[in-house]
Amino acid sequence: MNTFVSNAKPTSILYLDGVSVSFDGFKALNSLSFVIEPGELRAIIGPNGAGKTTMMDIITGKTRPDAGEVFFKGTIDLTQKDETEIAQLGIGRKFQKPTVFESHTVWDNLELALNRNRGVFSTLFYRLTAEDKTRIEDILSTVRLVGRKDDYAAHLSHGQKQWLEIGMLLAQEPELLLVDEPVAGMTDAETAETATLLKEIAKTRSVVVVEHDMGFIRDLGVKVTCLAEGSVLAEGSIDFVSAHQKVIENYLGR
Amino acid sequence: MHARLIHRFLQCLFATVCLMVTLLATDLRAADDLRVMVDALGGGNFQENQKQVEALARTGDPKVVPALEALAEGDLYQRKIDGIVFIVRPAGSSFKLIDALTGEEAGEEAKAALEKIKVNNGLRRTIRAALGGLTLMSPDVAVRLQAAGTILRTPSADALEGLDAALAAETDNAVKVVLGQARAASILVSDRPADEKRAAVATVVETGGRDSLSLLSAALASADESLRPDIEAGIKKIDDQLAIWAAGQNIWYGLSLGSVLLLAAIGLAITFGVMGIINMAHGEMVMLGAYTTFVVQQVIRTSFPGLFDWSLAIALPLAFLVTGAVGLVMERAIIRFLYGRPLETLLATWGVSLILQQAVRSIFGPTNQEVGNPSWMSGAFELGGMTITWNRLWIIVFALAVFVFLLFLLKKTAMGLQMRAVTQNRRMASSMGIRTPWVDALTFALGSGIAGIAGVALSQIDNVSPNLGQGYIIDSFMVVVFGGVGNLWGTLVGAFTLGILNKFLEPYAGAVLGKILVLVLIILFIQKRPRGLFALKGRAVEA
Amino acid sequence: MITSFLAKALGRNIVIAAAILLALAALVPALNLLTAPDHALHVPTYVVSLFGKYLTYALLALALDLVWGFCGILSLGHAAFFALGGYAMGMYLMRQIGARGSYGNPLLPDFMVFLNWKELPWFWHGFDKFWFAALMAVLVPGLLAFVFGWFAFRSRVNGVYLSIITQAMTFALLLAFFRNDMGFGGNNGLTDFKDILGFNIQSNGTRSALFAASAIALALSLVITSGIVRSKYGKILIGVRDAESRTRFLGYRVEHMKLFAFVVSAMMAGVAGALYVPQVGIINPGEFEPANSIEVVIWTAVGGRGTLIGPIVGAIVVNGGKSIFTAAFPEFWLFALGGLFVLVTLFLPKGIVGTARQFVERRKEYRKAREAEAAAFAAEPQAAE
Repeated sequence: MNTFVSNAKPTSILYLDGVSVSFDGFKALNSLSFVIEPGELRAIIGPNGAGKTTMMDIITGKTRPDAGEVFFKGTIDLTQKDETEIAQLGIGRKFQKPTVFESHTVWDNLELALNRNRGVFSTLFYRLTAEDKTRIEDILSTVRLVGRKDDYAAHLSHGQKQWLEIGMLLAQEPELLLVDEPVAGMTDAETAETATLLKEIAKTRSVVVVEHDMGFIRDLGVKVTCLAEGSVLAEGSIDFVSAHQKVIENYLGR
Repeated sequence: MHARLIHRFLQCLFATVCLMVTLLATDLRAADDLRVMVDALGGGNFQENQKQVEALARTGDPKVVPALEALAEGDLYQRKIDGIVFIVRPAGSSFKLIDALTGEEAGEEAKAALEKIKVNNGLRRTIRAALGGLTLMSPDVAVRLQAAGTILRTPSADALEGLDAALAAETDNAVKVVLGQARAASILVSDRPADEKRAAVATVVETGGRDSLSLLSAALASADESLRPDIEAGIKKIDDQLAIWAAGQNIWYGLSLGSVLLLAAIGLAITFGVMGIINMAHGEMVMLGAYTTFVVQQVIRTSFPGLFDWSLAIALPLAFLVTGAVGLVMERAIIRFLYGRPLETLLATWGVSLILQQAVRSIFGPTNQEVGNPSWMSGAFELGGMTITWNRLWIIVFALAVFVFLLFLLKKTAMGLQMRAVTQNRRMASSMGIRTPWVDALTFALGSGIAGIAGVALSQIDNVSPNLGQGYIIDSFMVVVFGGVGNLWGTLVGAFTLGILNKFLEPYAGAVLGKILVLVLIILFIQKRPRGLFALKGRAVEA
Repeated sequence: MITSFLAKALGRNIVIAAAILLALAALVPALNLLTAPDHALHVPTYVVSLFGKYLTYALLALALDLVWGFCGILSLGHAAFFALGGYAMGMYLMRQIGARGSYGNPLLPDFMVFLNWKELPWFWHGFDKFWFAALMAVLVPGLLAFVFGWFAFRSRVNGVYLSIITQAMTFALLLAFFRNDMGFGGNNGLTDFKDILGFNIQSNGTRSALFAASAIALALSLVITSGIVRSKYGKILIGVRDAESRTRFLGYRVEHMKLFAFVVSAMMAGVAGALYVPQVGIINPGEFEPANSIEVVIWTAVGGRGTLIGPIVGAIVVNGGKSIFTAAFPEFWLFALGGLFVLVTLFLPKGIVGTARQFVERRKEYRKAREAEAAAFAAEPQAAE
């Protein structure tokens, strides 16, 4: 339907075309289309109820769309797969509310997230290899949690939990990361650090960030997509989008 | 003016009195004549008596019916001394005498002092025809209807003449129909020609029912070839009709069971469906409601026996208050500390259920208590081929009434609005000034109170014992889960679906296996639709 | 592979607990059989049987804890697995009676003769052999759990919904086993056992041996459960309990994880039932009562769910209390049990062992926090700038 979108399908990492879904008559997504290129870092903004979380639900297989196409790496139809398969394909997701295993240590959280054989019996008889150990230690230093590796995740601060969750996504070695409001409830210093961290991560993989914090998005300095009422309102640089008439009406206000 | 009015009134009065006296006199004389005719039965031989019976029948007076019936049964005796004829009942070694016309007792007499009036088959036939004719000619419609019905159930060729005469004279349509049916049935057992019988078969088939079926089956055995196909087709038609009625009866049983399930589950639809609280003591709330009824009836029996028919009406509000109060205490003392931890709520309320059961057992004893049906809930009536008991009918009506009441409460009242607001978004509701803790407590009390009034109804059809609630708890949860949590309509549909399904499986699988099958079906159904028939969709579900 | 599994399984507490159980398995029979009845250390046979029964309860509670405490699946149907294991053993014991039954039929158990049955139903074949019965005591509950769990977990029946349908499952089985034509003795169940493996089931020696077997089975199950929950798989189970969607989005097949735990747990419950029946001498449909399953939950809760020692402690404490209570004030047992449900959920959600462990950990943390505070205080001036 959208020529720009359909041409991009074979080379894209993530491809959404005409995706619609409704709950009890309420249209959460209304013919949503956009494309993420490999290695791209994309920010998505939009008012509450614009369909940002629903969009993530659809990409990660939690919700099935009523209509439309969702393709990963141009050929893999995500609408036919469930959460587990999609995660194993290499799509990681960070929730809006930090979701880590609170009764496990930071180390165990990362160990569980490692991209290894995930069957019942291989996990039952799993032994930590030297390679896995280095990998976990690497991630610990990337997310700045080396000193807290033996603490229970429940005891981390809110910001640290956000980072631990990002670390778990890294351990999963995904090709595409979906990050929902990573800086909510963070201090300014933490926000800036998170921006750096995400930019670092985006060097090796594609990242989609949903955020409300305009300062943070400016820090990222990437292409921005603004959603409203379940479809794309505007797309482009942060300056272009924030000057866009409709975006101002719908979202930024005045 | 005034004086003239009084004069007119007196005139009327006088006329009326005169008329009454004349009528009474005629009546008395008639009775005298009858007496002579009945007494005449005493002396005659069979032939004379046959004439005498016919003469009695011609009077058309229903007073002679008991005497004729007694004669046919061989209970009519003549006193040797004065020749008066009596109906007798054996009373030890002597006979009790009953006046042949008035039915009044007239003392006792030794057996030797009486002589039996003999009957033979010919006389009996005459009597039966006369009796049929007499009652069929009765001025009272109800008597005629009953007489026709009696012949319909025990048809005989002898009755045909009387039936024909009655049909010709009959004016009431309902009686006419039954007379026609009785006539057809009688023709079938007579030796009338095939054509007449064929028409009779059609009428009998029209009548339907089990009696007609056995009549036709009997006729089939002795029917000639030309008639057989008609009778066979008729039997098949009646069979089909009976099957439809049986299905209807089954649906009725299903509706009845469904209403019981609805009553048991509807309180749960509030506590579990709306608030998400697993109340394992829900069955005990039902039980407490039933015991409230028992206590109310005890008090009425000992102190106000006249009010017994009102016992349920008195028990309803009391049961609501008692169980509502227990629910309120439970919510405030235990459940409010466990919100957001449904599994813990389940365990704590199970504990409460054990305590309530044991408390009732300690107070009232472990045995079943006697809870009576008020008169308006006892008995049954026929509807076509179905039998409908009043208590089941009232329980269906009551269950639906409770349902409508709750629906109204939830959708149309301020309390319902607040309840729904709190369920959907507690924080928002609370910041809009709704006192959420109170709404929680009242909602829970409401659900418990509803369980209590369900208990009042269920006390009418179930054993009232401390274990009463245990029998309902699993079924109630099944209904709510099957129907879809948080949806009253789902509970309604769920209850009646499960009720009817259960009753339709029973004839094939037996009661126990039927129940097991239903449980297995529900378990499979939940796999397919984890949120029940009427599921809420969307993000709200995840919360 | 197995060694690493075992190495993880044998934590200090587990080694101690297993050692105690094994010691009891040797000591109690010895004290029963080798000492004179008037000796101060003599353990009477009824005590041996009573505690043997408690040990099978403990095993059942441990089985429930694996799914509830570690995976968040509150099964209200574990009594069904226990009873199925019990029936398998009961069928073996019935076949052992042979011609000694009241009707003297060498092949058919008494109740079948009574019901005028002419031949043994197909599912009773093989139960004359102990190994077969023992295998079935594990396989049948395992199979039921597999089929049930396969459907339930695949369609993501969770939380209280799962609890309710497990309860419906055991209720359906209760109704089924009450039926005479099911071929399991109907209302009366299976009883009047004579001997097991050729030994008189009433004798002191057999009773002691059954006690020892129960203790060893419990010790073994404890080690296996410990191995399971301490492996990476066990950590995933806990992950499923605490944040199911997170495990799913990490790429784990949550339904497989749950199914494995559920089946293992059902098998352990089956073993418990199989050990229980010869010690109490009867198995009847009453064992399927939904109330029984919920009682198991309270044993586990009292001891401490999510701990391995907790359910064992809980089962023994609650059942010991029950034995004492029902003898002294039978009227009040249900009040006590009901009160226990309420009080434990309100005031002791972690149970005895969990609370004790929390206490120890709190003290450790408190000490650590004090040290950290002191360190932070020293660093404060720089950070404030």
